[in-house]
Amino acid sequence: MGKLIEIRDLSKVYVRGKQKVEVLHHIDLDVNEGDFLALMGPSGSGKTTLLNLIGGLDVPSGGSITVGGQRIDQLGAGALAKWRAANVGFVFQFYNLMPMLSAQRNVELPLLLTRLSAAERRKRAAIALQLVGLADRAAHKPGELSGGQQQRVSIARAIVSDPKLLVCDEPTGDLDRQSAEEVLALLGALNRDHGKTVLMVTHDPKAASSARHTVHLDKGTLVEQVAA
Amino acid sequence: MKYLHLIWASLFRRKTRTVLTLVSIIAAFLLFGLLDAVRTSFNQAGQSANGAQRLQTGSKLSFIQTLPQSLQAQMAQIPGVKIVTYANWFGGAYQDPHNQVFSFAVAPNYLDVYPEVAVSEAERKAFEATRTGALVGETLAKRFGWKVGDRVPLQSTIFPDRQGSKNWSFDIVGILHSTDKKTGGFFDQMFLLHWKYFDETTPYNAGQVGWYVTRVGDVNQADRVAKAIDSLSANSDHETRTQTEQAATASWMKQLADIGLIVGAIMGAVFFTLILLSGNTMMQAVRERTSELAVLKTIGFSSRSVLAMVLAESVLLLVLGGVLGLALASVVVPMVSGFSGGMLNLPTVGADSWGLGVVLMLVIGLVVGLLPAMNAMRLNIVDALAGR
Repeated sequence: MGKLIEIRDLSKVYVRGKQKVEVLHHIDLDVNEGDFLALMGPSGSGKTTLLNLIGGLDVPSGGSITVGGQRIDQLGAGALAKWRAANVGFVFQFYNLMPMLSAQRNVELPLLLTRLSAAERRKRAAIALQLVGLADRAAHKPGELSGGQQQRVSIARAIVSDPKLLVCDEPTGDLDRQSAEEVLALLGALNRDHGKTVLMVTHDPKAASSARHTVHLDKGTLVEQVAA
Repeated sequence: MKYLHLIWASLFRRKTRTVLTLVSIIAAFLLFGLLDAVRTSFNQAGQSANGAQRLQTGSKLSFIQTLPQSLQAQMAQIPGVKIVTYANWFGGAYQDPHNQVFSFAVAPNYLDVYPEVAVSEAERKAFEATRTGALVGETLAKRFGWKVGDRVPLQSTIFPDRQGSKNWSFDIVGILHSTDKKTGGFFDQMFLLHWKYFDETTPYNAGQVGWYVTRVGDVNQADRVAKAIDSLSANSDHETRTQTEQAATASWMKQLADIGLIVGAIMGAVFFTLILLSGNTMMQAVRERTSELAVLKTIGFSSRSVLAMVLAESVLLLVLGGVLGLALASVVVPMVSGFSGGMLNLPTVGADSWGLGVVLMLVIGLVVGLLPAMNAMRLNIVDALAGR
């Protein structure tokens, strides 16, 4: 498998008032296409910052990030938004679904950025919901679903536009054990059966054990890389 | 259009707040529709094809100053003048001072100048033959249940008779019908009595008239005729000002009140309050949705798309409330005219009012949406997702 992500000498500095906080120090990391990588580390170690940079939500202060052959650190805000829409699916700890939209409409959201017809959007959203086992909950709003179901809807939203990369920030952090296992199994299946490259930030060693590789960060530095 | 469901759902995310804001917008545009009808009604006063051929001559000092009746003969000599007539304000009220009646003491040829007022030949003759006779507009007659043959008392708010009584009696001899309801509705409210009877009965008039109305043969000669009329009284103690009927009506209205200014001031205050109210709603709505907007940007919506969606939401709110408010005004305006018993003859909410209303909806929508939309556009995804 070829490399999907190549990170070289990556640094991130936040300016908070008069203070400069260096969150990531000269990170080098490669992630192969089709990999399932868990990012672990204590709070404040820079896991989420690294994930945000790889997902194109933030821009680095130094170094380079190449995803699928594209230097995303060189893209402007508009181009980066387009790149995210086409290449990355996001899964958040608190699901971040639109509370006023049905599960179906939530899943359709990324497809609004495409030229697909309304019927095609509906069809693809239905397939994505079927894939996460929630076809029968399509008309339900997030408030009418359990936490685990909401997270599965958010996974359906992440995969509906068929991105290569899934970026998951603590996807099981707000779930009970059973729901967490269902979500991890789903991510595993997407990685294994559908070839999605999954990057997952987690505090939970059990969640990390679902991944093929685990990377540990501490104080903004890559300290350990472990194969599962 | 594919974003419409998203914009609509965002708008009604907090139903109670949105509905209350909508009610305020509906009320504001209902008021706009009503007041604009009043303004249009005042602007249209005197505007008619027949009115273009008529000149009104009043005192240059004030419309309450009178002019000598002897001017009529001199005015009739001016080339281009077809007919000259005159009238006095009578200021009558029926039974109660609140029941004001548009009552005028008029010259015998008064109706010759107003071809848009129809009265039967027999009734016209009866009027000429009856000293205390009166012709009343059909709406007025209907309002008080009057019919031909009735003797009705009117109390003049200004003029007493020679015994000092302000109570006058008139015999209704005919009913006036305006042939053009759009511009002639006023005539359906009128009460016409003889100037001669009026002049001989009150000691306060002594051969004076309130104003002259001149019908010209050629509209293009109106300006020249007006100047010629005014030159008759130049440097006298009764200098005149002659204007077209429309200008005279506008000038008369302006002496009562500047309706345009009053309507503009009220609407300015209403819409300013509306901007604050709906602006606050939009600010709150966007602030509450910070993380949702961040998610939209995360999944690939550009900053401009987010800006456009918030602006569209704000405009949709205003258009929804505005259209409902103006539609309601379209229903209420004829009801107000009807309930006034014909005292108010308001035009329906027309294309001009709708056009101005829609422009106001769009402008206010953009104004109130701009600040929250800019905030949404500038939203930093990482900070917003982290709740900072």
